[in-house]
Amino acid sequence: MNPSPAVEPRNAVLDRTWSDPPGLIGWLSAINHKTISVRFMLTTFGFFAAGGVLALLIRLQLTVPDNKLIGPDFYNQLFTMHGTTMMFLFAVPVMQAVATYLVPLMIGARGIAFPRMNAFAYWIFLFGGLMLYAAFILDIGPDAGWFAYPPLAGPEYSPGKRTDFWAQLITYTELSGLLEAVILITTIFKMRAPGMTLNRMPLFVWTMLVTSFMVMFAMPSVMLASTALITDRLVGTHFYNPAEGGDVVLWQHLFWFFGHPEVYLIFIPPLGFMSSIIATFARRPIYGYPVMVLAIIATAFLAFSLWVHHMFATNVPELGKSFFTAASAMIAIPTAAQMFCWIATLWAGRLNFRTPMLFALSFFFILLIGGLTGVMLASVSLDLQVHDTFFVVAHLHYVLIGGAVFPLFGAFYYWFPKFTGRMMGERLGKWNFWLMFVGFNVAFFPMHIAGLRGMPRRVYTYPAEMGWGLLNLISTIGAAILAVGILLFVVNVLLSRKRGDMAGADPWAAGTLEWATSSPPSPGNFPRPPVVGSRFPLWSKDGVAGTVRGLADDRREVLVTSVNDAVPNHRAVMPESSPWPFVSAVAVTVLFIGSIFTPWAIVWGAVLCTPPLVIWFWPKRGPTQKNIEREVKP
Amino acid sequence: MNKVDTNVTTHDIDVARLPTYVYGSHSMMWWGTMGLMLIEGTVFAITVVVYFYLRSHSQTWPVNRAPELFWGGLNTLIMLASLVPNQLAKRAAEREDKQRARWWLVACLLFALTFLVVRVFEFGALNTRWDSNAYGSVVWMLLALHTTHLVTDTIDTTVLAVLMFTGPLEGKRFVDVSENAMYWYFVVGSWLPIYAVIYWGARL
Repeated sequence: MNPSPAVEPRNAVLDRTWSDPPGLIGWLSAINHKTISVRFMLTTFGFFAAGGVLALLIRLQLTVPDNKLIGPDFYNQLFTMHGTTMMFLFAVPVMQAVATYLVPLMIGARGIAFPRMNAFAYWIFLFGGLMLYAAFILDIGPDAGWFAYPPLAGPEYSPGKRTDFWAQLITYTELSGLLEAVILITTIFKMRAPGMTLNRMPLFVWTMLVTSFMVMFAMPSVMLASTALITDRLVGTHFYNPAEGGDVVLWQHLFWFFGHPEVYLIFIPPLGFMSSIIATFARRPIYGYPVMVLAIIATAFLAFSLWVHHMFATNVPELGKSFFTAASAMIAIPTAAQMFCWIATLWAGRLNFRTPMLFALSFFFILLIGGLTGVMLASVSLDLQVHDTFFVVAHLHYVLIGGAVFPLFGAFYYWFPKFTGRMMGERLGKWNFWLMFVGFNVAFFPMHIAGLRGMPRRVYTYPAEMGWGLLNLISTIGAAILAVGILLFVVNVLLSRKRGDMAGADPWAAGTLEWATSSPPSPGNFPRPPVVGSRFPLWSKDGVAGTVRGLADDRREVLVTSVNDAVPNHRAVMPESSPWPFVSAVAVTVLFIGSIFTPWAIVWGAVLCTPPLVIWFWPKRGPTQKNIEREVKP
Repeated sequence: MNKVDTNVTTHDIDVARLPTYVYGSHSMMWWGTMGLMLIEGTVFAITVVVYFYLRSHSQTWPVNRAPELFWGGLNTLIMLASLVPNQLAKRAAEREDKQRARWWLVACLLFALTFLVVRVFEFGALNTRWDSNAYGSVVWMLLALHTTHLVTDTIDTTVLAVLMFTGPLEGKRFVDVSENAMYWYFVVGSWLPIYAVIYWGARL
């Protein structure tokens, strides 16, 4: 392995050009992808912590039989808020947040496509989450479950505003998610460094490309479902009202057509984290790159074939259930292929048990259990027995925490040195890992057994004679251990930001392009973007074959390349910082919240939204004139 | 590679003379517009599926009288006719012919305002309300979703037209006009199946 090429020296003019402006207005005007991404990550982690506290309250109430710490009404809000927070405000958006930081760096780009839209998506996401928590604090938070089935969530059984706030949150988070998907696809297809052909893209970038396409097909379904729920509740439509020709199972089809792909929107990006971490700590490229890429794509396609397996207990015809059983079982194939490639990589390499690798390795153990119980649930006959029991709760948490949260924590330990310039503490990291790993398994493994013994999900209390008491006590103890582990992570972050060892550009001697930038990266990422010659540019003699010259330092100029072969095509001038994405998001928020209370809010909200959106688009005369003078026509 | 110097010593690439904007699929704006079309097309497709799903669960469909054909047919003809000024605006933009781009954009805007007026009559001719029954709900949803795109495209066209008449004019504004025209093909193209479902699906 050759030593890493030296990081390009900083360029003060370029830094100034790509920096966000100072001050409060500047803070609201920021559009640099790294700035927005850090905010997005912190916000999603804040919601994760809030969701975790809600989970602890749930566990406290379930600790012992016949407990009365929390009543049924508040308990219903707790599990609704916990599920909604984790699935809509943490798990999907955190992956997009990490991606908008890392993808430009990994592909050798100076920025992201549509940076103002990226800022707008962040503000929309933040305001949606704040709206939901404000409703919860004001005792009008949702209580019909995180997937809000009608008729329970319909106007007859959930009068008042609780479910309206839930449904409107869906509009916020899906709007944000869809915009992020457009940004990521455009960035990946059009802004890769010269020479980074599609078959040289890092596997993490492939996972974000694939999940972004999945977002664009899946999220419209839940957006439509929740819009129809809103209109049923607020203006008297009848989509879900059987008495007027509607159908309650329609909701389940629309919701799970989104909801099962959502599990993969959460699960596939961590496959990219795994590939990055394992390659680096095994000191070799991932075995079987083409198989890995095909497996990611196959997983995405299969994810859209699975939705009815959440509905095996409904009146869907048997033949339909047989198809979905087969599709559900097939999902194991691409996952197994990836497991094989990672193990083959590790087998031939020399193991290096730093904290990121511990989190990555835990994936194999935890996801294996989640995957095995998933294959069990793919069977209609077994699923009917355990539907809506704690067995399903255990399976879901093994898949999502083992498949996503553990790799995410590993990714954070891996890339924190790049984000901050400091190393995370290794000793605290190991304590964090082991407390999380032990706590997680102690918390969730007993739930399989409780579920097989018939314990339903979502009950706020249970009688002693059911014999579930000891299992629940063990689970609560495990949850507390898990919480302490996560708290240690927070301590590690706070200590390391200030006092961690200096990281340097490439503390792991890793091979991908983000490690060719300074730590933290300069505002413009690459003073001279690289010309790429291999899949792991920093590990090959010809991996960085040269650099790009001729991009301006005094305006936000990026190189646009072709989709397949990343051949330079043109330069594009990216927009400057602007407060209008923030103002537009405020106006959209007025429209969304207002429409919970009166349909007329759609009308005057739209009137309120139009000026900031037009001003956002409107060119400034001075800068435009300068750009015209420097134009090169096609 | 076109317009790129390669320094054979180090494989450096000098991109200073590459264009600063391009048309079509090489531009990022094209990909952004395609992304939005894919999302909106998916919403339309799922809503059509909902229509047929609800129909399959219903003994009587439509529950009310089928929509009158006149206004929907008229709007379909107007939209198809609008493709002519749309294409002429696109061509003028890609030739960077400012005068023609301006006036064809104005023509497109007049067509857009005409559709919106006729659309009001279409809603009135549906012969059902959104709160009458599930049939009424899904038909209004389809028409309202498409109308949302008509309204946003009309605003976009207005903004572009005003920009074309006020300076200074960057090359990328011509790209915006070209992409706006591509988006209009989507708005009209998506209307045809929606029209078939709303007006003729009720008559199957």
